[in-house]
Amino acid sequence: MDFIRLFSDLYIARWAILEGVGMTLIISFVAIILGTMLGIGVALSLVYGGKFQRFLVRVFLEYVRGTPVFVLILACYYVLSQAGIQLTPFQAGLVALTVFCSSHVGENLRGALLALPKGQTEAAKAIGLTFRQTFVYVLAPQALRQALPAWINTAAELVKASTLLSVIGVVELMLTTRQIIALKPRPLEFYLLAGIIYFLICFSIERLGRRVERRISLPS
Amino acid sequence: MSNPVLEIPVLEILGLHKKFTDIEVLKGVDLTMATGDVVSVIGSSGSGKTTMLRCVNLLEDFEQGSIRIDGEEIGYTAAPQRRRRKESEIARQRSMTGMVFQQFNLFPHMSALGNVTLGLLKVKKLPKAEATAIADQWLERVGMAERRNHYPGQLSGGQQQRVAIARAIAMNPKVMLFDEVTSALDPELVNEVLTVIKSLAADGMTMLLVTHEMKFAYEVSRRVVFMNQGKIEEQGAPEDVFRNPQSKRLAEFLKNAKF
Amino acid sequence: MAIFAVAVVGNLIGLAVAFAMTSRSPALRRSASVYVTIIRNLPIFFLMLVTFFVLPQQLGIRIDKVYAFVGTLSIYAGAYLAEVYRGALIALPKGLREAGLAIGLTEGQTRIWVIIPVMVRNALPALSNNFISLFKDTSVAAAIAVPELTFYARQINNNTFRVIEVWSVCSLMYVAACYLIAAGLRYAERRLAIPH
Repeated sequence: MDFIRLFSDLYIARWAILEGVGMTLIISFVAIILGTMLGIGVALSLVYGGKFQRFLVRVFLEYVRGTPVFVLILACYYVLSQAGIQLTPFQAGLVALTVFCSSHVGENLRGALLALPKGQTEAAKAIGLTFRQTFVYVLAPQALRQALPAWINTAAELVKASTLLSVIGVVELMLTTRQIIALKPRPLEFYLLAGIIYFLICFSIERLGRRVERRISLPS
Repeated sequence: MSNPVLEIPVLEILGLHKKFTDIEVLKGVDLTMATGDVVSVIGSSGSGKTTMLRCVNLLEDFEQGSIRIDGEEIGYTAAPQRRRRKESEIARQRSMTGMVFQQFNLFPHMSALGNVTLGLLKVKKLPKAEATAIADQWLERVGMAERRNHYPGQLSGGQQQRVAIARAIAMNPKVMLFDEVTSALDPELVNEVLTVIKSLAADGMTMLLVTHEMKFAYEVSRRVVFMNQGKIEEQGAPEDVFRNPQSKRLAEFLKNAKF
Repeated sequence: MAIFAVAVVGNLIGLAVAFAMTSRSPALRRSASVYVTIIRNLPIFFLMLVTFFVLPQQLGIRIDKVYAFVGTLSIYAGAYLAEVYRGALIALPKGLREAGLAIGLTEGQTRIWVIIPVMVRNALPALSNNFISLFKDTSVAAAIAVPELTFYARQINNNTFRVIEVWSVCSLMYVAACYLIAAGLRYAERRLAIPH
């Protein structure tokens, strides 16, 4: 293997690679934030909403969870432009990932909320807390602690799903890698690099998650 | 000295009826308590005693009857309109009572101090320093001052229950409601809780207790109420109820309870 | 379709790796651990691309598309299933293996006839979840032109531009399939559950 050529190729490609990584990180990050917010709304609707609201959200949730991410992405890309909303690949991909994320977050949070013992709500009521206060000070802190591991997992899944955005033209790491290889045919090296990067991202997410888990865990 | 007849009773339950779907669990309960009264409610499971207690702070709804604390109608407006009050009003009314649960129900993500101050800070909207002072005072009173910063997960059952008592009583309620508070405790831990309750009673706290601990009920109460099948069958001073039961079912119950 | 091949191979890999992860040999434990950690932190699409582009070009290995797809997904599945099986394995009472040995079975026989049946039954809920996820992951193959549902959907999409119909039907089919699979697996769970 000619290391000098290798390093020079890598060096030339460095900006493209960084852009790709940046895009991957940005779109994943934004999707996580938006998706989590939407997911909280989903969970609240399912746990506290009226019958009709629960039905609608449930249908939405089952639909999204039953479809593969890839189909979701393609659907968002094609269907939305048909419906008159012109979206760039980035925007369409973001919508798809956000919806995907919200379905996972919603389901996890709903599970966590329902798993809380009824006595917690009763004790909160007994000291005179309103529903809003009960939720904010008693229920949410416990449910969020419970849902954290699953949320970290969802975040990692989102980064992995971002690779599929390359198909609709979002210039994230996967597409960038393929573009570079088209110019400088060294598939093994560049894919290896991409692989290492993805591994590091996901691994760090997991590690970070475990650290946060330990810090917020309750002493016993 | 005020005339007891003119004084408004601190708790008045009139004609309380409650159904769980089709089963009528409370079939017309009347109960009156004056300030400083300590009333124990005994009876077999299914007699409705816990349900009645939970109606007082509206953890359970009731279809018919009225409950008044210091003259104020709880949960619903007075007949004939009888509307359910707004949730925010009900929340405020709940802070007039303090409840201690069988399963303690402490908030696991807050320290003992946090548990006690939550209501003071958010419901009574006291400033932090004042709330902490009150909380410390009550934690001291129940013997948990040393563990104010401990979390429920680090406390034994008896300790948790004592914190739960502090949490309820720190809100300065007009009536304290105890729902079989020692039933979930290991036998060695029951005493520490009963001791605390006895000392609170001696200080003049108005209490309504649902309990299985007959000996305790005999020692601490001013009045004992025996419930059976959704109604109050007999009530009176402890000596009368325990030594001279009038109703047959009460006699039967006491015999089974080995008092 | 392809999912079943993946299921079979993936499960075998998963089982093997799970045993490796709990074996006495540190070397086996290590390599198994590394395999699982690496695969679980990589996107499936990435692995597909590597299989399709790196292997033929760099290492001269040429495999038919469908087989390559099944193989890659199996390796991917194996890592996740290994975790599931590992969890089920350590949850088993120690006495189970010893009971098998005590009646004269060899280590291997004990594994096949005693440990695995119990393990699999205990792990069924988690396995069902994984199976459904994998089923959804087969759609990624469409990105590399392997003939499966999503691929056909894209073709129809590009040919007819009846976008909304195409994608609604496509996702509905996945949803329906997932629902059926889930229901089927729940049924299987109940039938196979160890009575107690």
